[in-house]
Amino acid sequence: MNARSAALLAGLAILLCVPYFTPPYLLHLLIQALIWAFIYTAWSMMGRFGFVSLGHGAFMGVGAYAPALLWNYYDVTPWAGIPLGVLLSALLAVVIGYPCFRFRVVGHYFALVTLALSQVVMLSVVAARDITGGSLGFTPRAVGHSWYALQFPEKSYFYVIALVLWLGGLAVWRWIDRGIGREALDAIAEDEEAASAIGIDVMREKLRVTVISAALTALGGAIYGQYFMYLNPETVSGISVSLQIVFAAIVGGMYDLFGPTAGALVTISLNEGLRVGFGTHFIGAANTIYGILLILCIIFMPRGIVGTLRKMHMPRAPTKAVPAE
Amino acid sequence: MLSLAAVSAGYGSFRALFDVSLEVPQGEAVGVIGPNGAGKTTLMRVISGLVPLRGGAMMLDGRPIGGLPAHRIVELGIAHVPENRRLFPRLTVEDNLRIGAFIPQARARFAQQLGRIYDMFPRLKERRDQPAGTLSGGEQQMCAIGRALMSEPKLLLMDEPSAGLAPLVVEQVFDLVRRIRAEGLTVLIVEQNVQQVLDVVDRAYLLEAGSMKLSGTSSDLKGHEFIRKAYLGL
Amino acid sequence: MDIYLLEAIINGILLGGVLALLALGLNLIFGVIDVVWIAYTDLVMCGMYVVYWLYVGFGWPLLLACAAAIAGVAALGVLVHVLIIAPILGSAPINQLLATGGLLFFLQSFATLLFGTDFRNLGIRLPIIELGEIYISTARLLAFSIALIGASALYFFLKSTFIGTAIRAIAQDRDIIGLMGVDQRRIYLVTSAIGGALAGLASCLLVLQYDVHPFIGNTFGPLIFMICVLGGLGDMIGGFVAAFIISQIISIVGYYSNTELAYVLAFAFFIALMFVRPRGIFVR
Repeated sequence: MNARSAALLAGLAILLCVPYFTPPYLLHLLIQALIWAFIYTAWSMMGRFGFVSLGHGAFMGVGAYAPALLWNYYDVTPWAGIPLGVLLSALLAVVIGYPCFRFRVVGHYFALVTLALSQVVMLSVVAARDITGGSLGFTPRAVGHSWYALQFPEKSYFYVIALVLWLGGLAVWRWIDRGIGREALDAIAEDEEAASAIGIDVMREKLRVTVISAALTALGGAIYGQYFMYLNPETVSGISVSLQIVFAAIVGGMYDLFGPTAGALVTISLNEGLRVGFGTHFIGAANTIYGILLILCIIFMPRGIVGTLRKMHMPRAPTKAVPAE
Repeated sequence: MLSLAAVSAGYGSFRALFDVSLEVPQGEAVGVIGPNGAGKTTLMRVISGLVPLRGGAMMLDGRPIGGLPAHRIVELGIAHVPENRRLFPRLTVEDNLRIGAFIPQARARFAQQLGRIYDMFPRLKERRDQPAGTLSGGEQQMCAIGRALMSEPKLLLMDEPSAGLAPLVVEQVFDLVRRIRAEGLTVLIVEQNVQQVLDVVDRAYLLEAGSMKLSGTSSDLKGHEFIRKAYLGL
Repeated sequence: MDIYLLEAIINGILLGGVLALLALGLNLIFGVIDVVWIAYTDLVMCGMYVVYWLYVGFGWPLLLACAAAIAGVAALGVLVHVLIIAPILGSAPINQLLATGGLLFFLQSFATLLFGTDFRNLGIRLPIIELGEIYISTARLLAFSIALIGASALYFFLKSTFIGTAIRAIAQDRDIIGLMGVDQRRIYLVTSAIGGALAGLASCLLVLQYDVHPFIGNTFGPLIFMICVLGGLGDMIGGFVAAFIISQIISIVGYYSNTELAYVLAFAFFIALMFVRPRGIFVR
């Protein structure tokens, strides 16, 4: 076992021990940070290659509502409900992704189509208010501590789940980053025609990363639902959450492994910091600052916090030679 | 009227023009010939302000104009007929002419000037309400020239006016250039059709790979050994 | 024909008026500057608050408050361009879209900070016209008429003035517009101001009919984007027509079932249509 693996294992061990010496309030924040970091990472898997989706709320919503509805109405365990939600989201991703990619619906158009998608999901939830509770929200039936229902009043359980989720997300990111898939997607992002000319199955690569991104986001939404035990179409599938995901990923940096996680830390800290500092006197202050931050970020730090830090540490690239006449 | 002294320009890290100098005396027609990629279009764009100057100086009637944005250069009296015409395809012929008269001095005399252009180009008058993109190649060239003339310039820049046109139409275009010249306008033409342009201009320059290689009166160049071999195929 | 269906159709047309106005504004800006202002309907929200506070808070006459709102949002449009768009004009288009998304966040939160999340109403009750068994709201009728007047004014401005022609031209060839003696930057500012003014006009028309709150932009923002994409992004006439098509779908489906389902179907219709005509249904 080399030094690197030892360090990683030690790090993991420390992370696992966290619940023992952390106050519940802080643990609550950590759990949120981990779940959101996972979701932001999932989004960035698409975003980093130029497929900016403004509709990931749709996947999160489907992933969250499916197991919750099945549990309340049919007593179906989330162990079955969640995979079903994930599958539905994946299907949704294919249904939207295939025609979009086939007909070259990209850039602005793609962003706006995905925005419309999240609206469809949100409005459907609201329209089916008799089943879903509509805008008033939906509460999964609580049964106390239960593995079957995947409900745990003790935060430490969810901490571990969130941790596993987050690490899993990082692993998938790593896997995409290191695989041939990544090179293919970079090529596609740069010049789609050229990429397909050299034999890259453009459709398959694009669909694959879209499905993975959607499925993981759905999973994140499901765990979010199980933890908070309350779902609301606005917070789980509306434009706000879709944009929130995009923004955190951008602020943190969507091109780096830990970028989205940094974004999660920034958003959670900002929200909590302002809440604690100003209480309910300045509702909206957090997001106001966040909005300004976002604009400044796009203008001055398009690679996000992590990306910019990384660039500052890299050696200068050699200057390009002037082409001969 | 127009003088360039040791002008350099380029795109990004690519240099297109190296120490180019030329003079366009008032009332004359001057040509710039040379192969594809020599930098002729870049030269036009530098003069009209679309491409910034990187070195050297540019003067119009003794006044430095290097570094001025394109819209200011139009106000000073230089109009540019771009390569490939570049009409606004979904605007009507009349709208294209209208936009040519955007500068304040021309706006005031718009109706008058429009009448003159329609007299010069009756075919354009016939097609005044047609989208410019539906015109034939020759008609588009007329429209592009007309559009440039709407600003009542003192110097007209023409970038490859014969490009993509049938020989008969090319004749008409150069007849037009003679007519414009006869009315006292100063003209600078960049062309690949060496035969035609040398018959129309007073003097010409040869631009190759971004540098001026030769210059002289058009008869000088028509008799020049190199020109005859390389460009006139004789 | 069922008389209430007729009522629904008429209401659909009336609703379409303001939507069309907003679609015109968004398409104008996209066509000229090549940016989608995701925060466009939040500019409308700002205008609505301006009218509310001037009229209810300071007792200004309504018409004056509306004029102030139009001017104010026009100025806001220019600010948006100068502060947010101009610095990143060279970046990837998606960055520009996201930057205006940041603006959306900012405007909504700032409004929450200033005004709280309460729904506020002008308190003006315009009469309802009774035509046989159909009821038509005067507010709606007025909004529709003024929206059409605004759209016509825009049309004539673009068609007959020099600046209007320059605006139409720049959308077709940005590169050589300078050769016409047109200052590109000035045109962008003028376009942003007009886009803002249209949003301001829409806000005056909407505040007569709806309550204002910080998130009202979210209720019809996605709708406007959908309308613009359906009509072809940047295509003013396409967007204008698409607005009425969508408002009819919403109105008629809403008549047969409920409003939310109507919106769901409208969006689903849009998504489906994107796969048949990705560039918009009126692509030439």
